[in-house]
Amino acid sequence: MSRGGSGSLPRYIVQRILLVIPMIWIILTLVFFILRVAPGDPVSAALGGKLDQQALDQRREALGLNRPLIVQYWDYLSSVMHLDFGTTFSDNQPVLHVIRDNGGATLTLTMAAFVFALAVGIPLGLLAGRYRDSLSDVGIRLFGILTYAAPVFFLGFLFQYYLARPLGLPTSGNASPITVFEVPTKTHILLVDAFLSGNGEAIQDVLKHLVLPALTLGLLICGVFIRLVRVNMLQTMQADYVEAAEARGLKKRHVTWRHAFRNALVPVITVIGLQFALLLGGAVLTEETFNWPGLGQKLVFYINSRDYGAVQGIVTFFAIAVVLISLLVDIVNALIDPRVRY
Amino acid sequence: MRRLLSALAKPFTETAGLARWMLVAGVVITGIFVICAIFAPWLAPYGFAQSSAHGVEFPKVGPPSSDHPFGTDRLFFDVLSRVIWGARTALEVVILSILFCVVLGVPLGLLSGFYGGALDRILVLIMDALYAFPSFLLAIVCSFLLTDIFGGSVLAVSLSLTVVYIPQYYRVVRNTTLSAKEATYIEAARAIGARDIRIMRKYLFGNVVQSVPVLGTLNAADAILTLAGLGFLGLGIQSTEAAEWGHDLQRALADAGGGVWWTGLYPGLAIVFMVVGLTLVGEGLNETLNPTLRRRRLLPVVMTERGATPDENESR
Repeated sequence: MSRGGSGSLPRYIVQRILLVIPMIWIILTLVFFILRVAPGDPVSAALGGKLDQQALDQRREALGLNRPLIVQYWDYLSSVMHLDFGTTFSDNQPVLHVIRDNGGATLTLTMAAFVFALAVGIPLGLLAGRYRDSLSDVGIRLFGILTYAAPVFFLGFLFQYYLARPLGLPTSGNASPITVFEVPTKTHILLVDAFLSGNGEAIQDVLKHLVLPALTLGLLICGVFIRLVRVNMLQTMQADYVEAAEARGLKKRHVTWRHAFRNALVPVITVIGLQFALLLGGAVLTEETFNWPGLGQKLVFYINSRDYGAVQGIVTFFAIAVVLISLLVDIVNALIDPRVRY
Repeated sequence: MRRLLSALAKPFTETAGLARWMLVAGVVITGIFVICAIFAPWLAPYGFAQSSAHGVEFPKVGPPSSDHPFGTDRLFFDVLSRVIWGARTALEVVILSILFCVVLGVPLGLLSGFYGGALDRILVLIMDALYAFPSFLLAIVCSFLLTDIFGGSVLAVSLSLTVVYIPQYYRVVRNTTLSAKEATYIEAARAIGARDIRIMRKYLFGNVVQSVPVLGTLNAADAILTLAGLGFLGLGIQSTEAAEWGHDLQRALADAGGGVWWTGLYPGLAIVFMVVGLTLVGEGLNETLNPTLRRRRLLPVVMTERGATPDENESR
């Protein structure tokens, strides 16, 4: 591979980043116009009945909602450029603060779920793919389908009813009030803060609250990993080089673990990036089920109070995060697998 | 007629062993829910929003009994009836949204792939953006808006699901159209003097819609989950408009702490079974129609003594 040629890594990364910019622009435009199609006036939708007409007009003026749509659109784009996601209408807070205060909880939950899903999903998927149509394959596939088919709030309901009560696990919230008030806020990620403070009881408390939500969300993603790894393993086991290795007389075990296994995992990395969107959707539901004070629960709260400003800001943030993470995954993937860079 | 039947039976006849059983199980489970949905008024003991019968009020959160085999919930509704009526709601929403997807997505994909140009560029951009958007979030935003316009009805939720799934139909159809329009038979049709509309309708359409059924079944399973998720967040269908499993589970969650299981267990199981059924059908179809997953029938190769020099391949 020649340096600077069409297959070089820096060039691929630059290309990929250049592609992301129009994508983000279109998504922003989409969010903006979808939320402006709504009939009626967003300020009175969020605050109607709470403020009098004059105050509502003032609010509208302050938020710039009286200006032409195109000016508002331009304003929205440029403020997002400066990482300003707007202001909530109902409680007049910068959305960035909402994200800072609640994003940490969402991050903790999604990461814990992700680790669980990888640790359980990949080995099971490999096993099922390797021993196709065996009893363990059937069992694992059924497990995969079931975890995909069971909505997180149903799993959450079952866990709360059958696990939380007998095991004495708490079911709602990030931590007990005592921990929340005792641990000084540094990173806004309660688990990290608890570790930083070195308060053993607080760590235990946070972990206890984390177990069931993480398990619930992890199972959702785990099903996807099983299906994916299994299919990849099946395809790799049929690949020519596996057949060639077998023809050379290598032991089946050696072929499986040395040749097929590694190559079956490469596409998984790509899909991990795509799973992030699913993870976010699942996180919204998990947070709502377990009363986990993350960004998803906040989004639902603002939706129910019909706060267009907050919904627009949080959705914009989520969408950009997903696009950027898929960019990151693509770059990592190109580092690992030269074929991606074509 | 016979050709249609054999085409329908193709996934069954071409599979064997496990794949066949999964397909059959999926069809049976889905069939049961379809029957529930169609005959809900006769199968369900009560209406979905009925809180009394023969002048007797139902108990509030009453445990399962002979009158109410699945108990009653906190709105005095009969849980069994709501589970059965829920199948109808789920089926209505799924069929409507997939219908919208096909009716809008297939022609758009055909036009876009056939003509190319500015229309194609703009459509691809919009559809790619919709596809890149986290799907559940998109569904939330859409139903947030559409319930403002249409109220918490079946139509509003179906339309939001359409927005979520339409990019897939558009993409599949557009991409197959792109490759199919270069084929010789299209060139031949053009040479005879067929007009664009005729080429699209008579020659391209039949070739590009083949992947739609698999996509439809797999999306149907996902749509049930999205519908339930929206219902759970209170963004879906209102409980007096229709019975919806997700929304029922939201109300049941509050009961779980008080030791009440029947209000949540049954609607939850209904969701699980219906999604499993549809997934099995979708996967079964996929395994038979997707050539990369089909099993190769290998004949055993007997090597002669002289031909077997495996070590030569090692040093490439």
